[in-house]
Amino acid sequence: MSAATTDHVGEKSSKTTLLIRRIIAYVVLVLLTIISLLPFVIMIINSTRSHPDIMKGFKFVLGGSFGANFSAVFKNTDIPLLYGLRNSLIVAGCCALLSTYFSALTAYGIHVYEFRLKKFAFAFILVIMMVPAQVSALGFYRMMFDLGLTNNLLPLIIPSIAAPATFFFMKQYMDSSLPLEIVEAARIDGCNEFRTFNSIVMPIMKPAMAVQGIFTFVANWNNYFIPSLIIDEKELKTLPIMVAQLRSADFLKFDMGQVYMMIFIAIIPVIIVYLALSKFIIRGIALGSVKG
Amino acid sequence: MASSNKHKSISYAKWGYIFILPFFIVYAAFQLYPMFSTIRDSFFSKMTVGLIEYPEKFVGLDNYTALFKEGDIFTYFGNTFIIWIIGFIPQIFISLLLAAWFTDIRLKLKAQGFFKVVIYLPNIIMAAAVSMLFFAIFSDIGPINDIYKSISGSDTPYQFFSHIASTRIIIAIINFIMWYGNTTILLMAAIMGVDPALYEAAEIDGATPSQTFWQITIPSIRPILIYVLVTSLIGGVQMYDIPQIITNGQGNPVRSSMTVVMFLNNQISVGKNYGKAGTISVVLFIVAAILSLAVAAFNSMDQIAENRAAKLKKKKLKGALKI
Amino acid sequence: MTKLKRVLCGTMCLAMAGSMLTACGDDSSSSGDAAVAPQEQKKEGSADSKNTIKIYVWNQEFQGLFRRYYPEYDAEKSGYDTAKHEKTGTGDDFLKDGKKVVWVVNENEGNNYQDKLDTALKAQSESDDKIDMFLIEADYALKYVNSQYTTPLADIGITDSDTAEMYDYTKQVATATDGSLRAVSWQATPGLFAYRRDIAKYVLGTDDPAEVQEKLKDWDSFDKVAEEMSAKGYKMLSGYDDSYRVFSNNVSKPWVDGDTIQIDDQLMKWVDQTKDYTDKGYNNKTSLWADAWNADQGPSGKVFGFFYSTWGINFTLAGNSLEVSEKKGGKKEVGNGLYGQYAVCEGPAAFFWGGTWLCCAAGSDNTDTVADIMKKMTCDKDIAKNLTLDTLDYTNNKSAMQEIADDASYGSEFLGGQNHVKLFAAAAPNIKMDKTTKYDQGLNEAFQAAFKDYFEGNADKDKALENFYKAAIEKYPNLKQA
Repeated sequence: MSAATTDHVGEKSSKTTLLIRRIIAYVVLVLLTIISLLPFVIMIINSTRSHPDIMKGFKFVLGGSFGANFSAVFKNTDIPLLYGLRNSLIVAGCCALLSTYFSALTAYGIHVYEFRLKKFAFAFILVIMMVPAQVSALGFYRMMFDLGLTNNLLPLIIPSIAAPATFFFMKQYMDSSLPLEIVEAARIDGCNEFRTFNSIVMPIMKPAMAVQGIFTFVANWNNYFIPSLIIDEKELKTLPIMVAQLRSADFLKFDMGQVYMMIFIAIIPVIIVYLALSKFIIRGIALGSVKG
Repeated sequence: MASSNKHKSISYAKWGYIFILPFFIVYAAFQLYPMFSTIRDSFFSKMTVGLIEYPEKFVGLDNYTALFKEGDIFTYFGNTFIIWIIGFIPQIFISLLLAAWFTDIRLKLKAQGFFKVVIYLPNIIMAAAVSMLFFAIFSDIGPINDIYKSISGSDTPYQFFSHIASTRIIIAIINFIMWYGNTTILLMAAIMGVDPALYEAAEIDGATPSQTFWQITIPSIRPILIYVLVTSLIGGVQMYDIPQIITNGQGNPVRSSMTVVMFLNNQISVGKNYGKAGTISVVLFIVAAILSLAVAAFNSMDQIAENRAAKLKKKKLKGALKI
Repeated sequence: MTKLKRVLCGTMCLAMAGSMLTACGDDSSSSGDAAVAPQEQKKEGSADSKNTIKIYVWNQEFQGLFRRYYPEYDAEKSGYDTAKHEKTGTGDDFLKDGKKVVWVVNENEGNNYQDKLDTALKAQSESDDKIDMFLIEADYALKYVNSQYTTPLADIGITDSDTAEMYDYTKQVATATDGSLRAVSWQATPGLFAYRRDIAKYVLGTDDPAEVQEKLKDWDSFDKVAEEMSAKGYKMLSGYDDSYRVFSNNVSKPWVDGDTIQIDDQLMKWVDQTKDYTDKGYNNKTSLWADAWNADQGPSGKVFGFFYSTWGINFTLAGNSLEVSEKKGGKKEVGNGLYGQYAVCEGPAAFFWGGTWLCCAAGSDNTDTVADIMKKMTCDKDIAKNLTLDTLDYTNNKSAMQEIADDASYGSEFLGGQNHVKLFAAAAPNIKMDKTTKYDQGLNEAFQAAFKDYFEGNADKDKALENFYKAAIEKYPNLKQA
């Protein structure tokens, strides 16, 4: 990619205009950095403040209640935070793995093979990609209830095998960086189709899988809507349910300091994962969307 | 889709089915059945209020006629579009600017890696949490109003959430903050893919940076711009979390921030009007399908162009090898 | 491209066709208007279910009180610290007879609690894991009380004499159309007007609750005081909704007649008064629970008073009144902000705010335990009195409350030594709840939200009314506009 980077400023631009442009660029970037970090700053500040202080309006001043909020969140045995972290990790992690693997598999099936329903299958997935979750959520819940699958993490994990948006991205990516010659070469070498996919195609797909893995992880980590329908046992609740539960606490226990603390704690694992893989993400998006 | 003619397939068709089978089985089991029942509901008068289920009745297209006659759905599509466009214009503008800067080696921006990570960061927080945080800073006694009061010298705060324009703008700002990083990265990638020879030619002709940008960069990345526009539009159609939290589900003031999906959700929150909810879902589904058609159209157009380029390259390569 | 279009169209047609197919196969049952008699059980609970008390709640309030006050609760086995009143163990809760208590907590975000409860109740007769008890609030109590999913409490052994000491309105709310009592509450939540003594002295020349009450005894007098407050630079109320309950609890007709929504004159009086206050600057244009509303209760506030009920005064208002909050080392003591600067009086009309009721689920296989929990937690005078003395919450036991009311030495430091229980005890019997419907919750919310646009000048009265009906029918699609 970097080889393609070009200087398109033009030789004639003098050093002063370059300097001015650079200053403008830095000013804008610093401003955007402030705006982008603002939500994190507010969140951290509020997690250090006490409930009555938060309720009386936001101020850019650190409060002294960080320790109190922190221990209150951990001490509440009726909203067991550690279970929440565990459940969220299981759900988000499994979803990320299943979704990326099976989306790649599906995209590969459509990308490489010729079969009669291929066009139909592709068009079908394109159409369902646009259906918002609300459309089928209630029916989904009723079905899970009838099957006795409520209070079970499986209904939160298994559906991620069919992730249309992830599929679409994988397909785009294959169009640009999976030459069919490789597949044909593998066949000549006597690989069977599954082995070709697992040992030859998967390594090529790594960047795309990393990107979509993170996206799926984050999306499921933050998902409240479906898990809140499926889960009501405290040991199985995910973090967003726990945040919602803290927010709707009774007047004796209602404590926004704890709410912000929990949001803050919930975000730390995602930030760690994101920062660790940010290079992958930025490169991966670029590769998936642009052919050539 | 155009890739299909690239190779011959002999007896591998069954593998195609095997590979796509898990996806379709899971989709059919977990999503398709509920979705069918949603579509089915749109032809029925069907509701549950509290503990009482009302007898259901086939009503044909009555739900559709009623929905369009009521006409509110157009207003909510309008609201959704307005809020989307307010956020999208600065989003595309800033993203283009940043993408141009990041790819401009003459500019030699330092700490690029840091900025690229930071602009993407807001995307990882729950939309609901971001909304809550912005609600706090724009409140009557929040920091924005402190600034407003000290500038205007007024004693009374500006009630951001009591005015139509400011409520919509705040929702749009949150959308912008959450998504401009994503768009920047996409556009950056597109600019990096432009043929360097074009820029060299422009340089020789003595084009200014802005001429180069408007006459070379923009036309070259047009397909990606369209892609960004359409995917963002589809995301916009599904807008829900942010206005829901910011307006406490009311879409206030005067339902001017009520989006289509909020409207849909209202039908199934307290009382469950499955008939109407199904009808709104189908309408939404059709609008989304039309948009997805646009994506597909763009996608295949782009691919055709790409294939041509690839063939040309191959020919050149072959020619070179022969010599 | 045309090919693709055709494929897409085909896909959608297929989706439609599929949906028609399911239409044939799915013969959904409808129960119509539910009978009031409790539902018959088609399946018996399992042995495990008979040893488990399953309770549906939306927050932890009752859980805390139950652990602290229910005599049959096995604190040791459950890992409950009786000195700190905190559960430290992560395991289940147990009763002394070895039965397990399972709490199903579903937060009330987006109607989630009721949705989950409704689904579970509808499946109760076929389930071998029975729900024994669930909690409800006044605004939607009738939805459950007038249904087949609650057991008449007389059937499980709770007699009229057990409930004799309860305030009438708490029983009115929970009485089914067949006259049977279906739910009981440990709380009574009468409301009062809590005002700032310093402002009262400055503007009205007195801070004595009796004299202030005389000046606020009806709405006309209230309006007059509002004008005086405004003249001296103060606001009478903080927000639009502050006085809503004081009007809505005194309506002369219920929200719904048959299936027609009707708007009571009292509600329109609230609209007119609030519009008037907003235009004249008698209120601070806030909304309930907004940060500006909370701030108005603190030292920087310029608002004369707030309509609050039992719990609100001693927790929310007291917490908000402080200059230095407790967690920052501030103490709930006179001199910290407005602590000690508030007083309460009855205000222009009786009202209540809040409260939680306990129901026995039809089909419960632990009715004896449920009955015992109800008797101890809601009918026992000693527990009620201790609960009030310990937690400052007001309990649903007339004679216990009267004892505290008559205790000359009892008083709230927050209220400058005033015995608030005395006023609550006087106010509670005046509350009438015979005009409630199961739609109150949604309709009250929709009404307040719609008219906010009118107060803020974004809509005229007709437009606000139109939007109210829109929201109301979205919530209750079976209702229609008058």
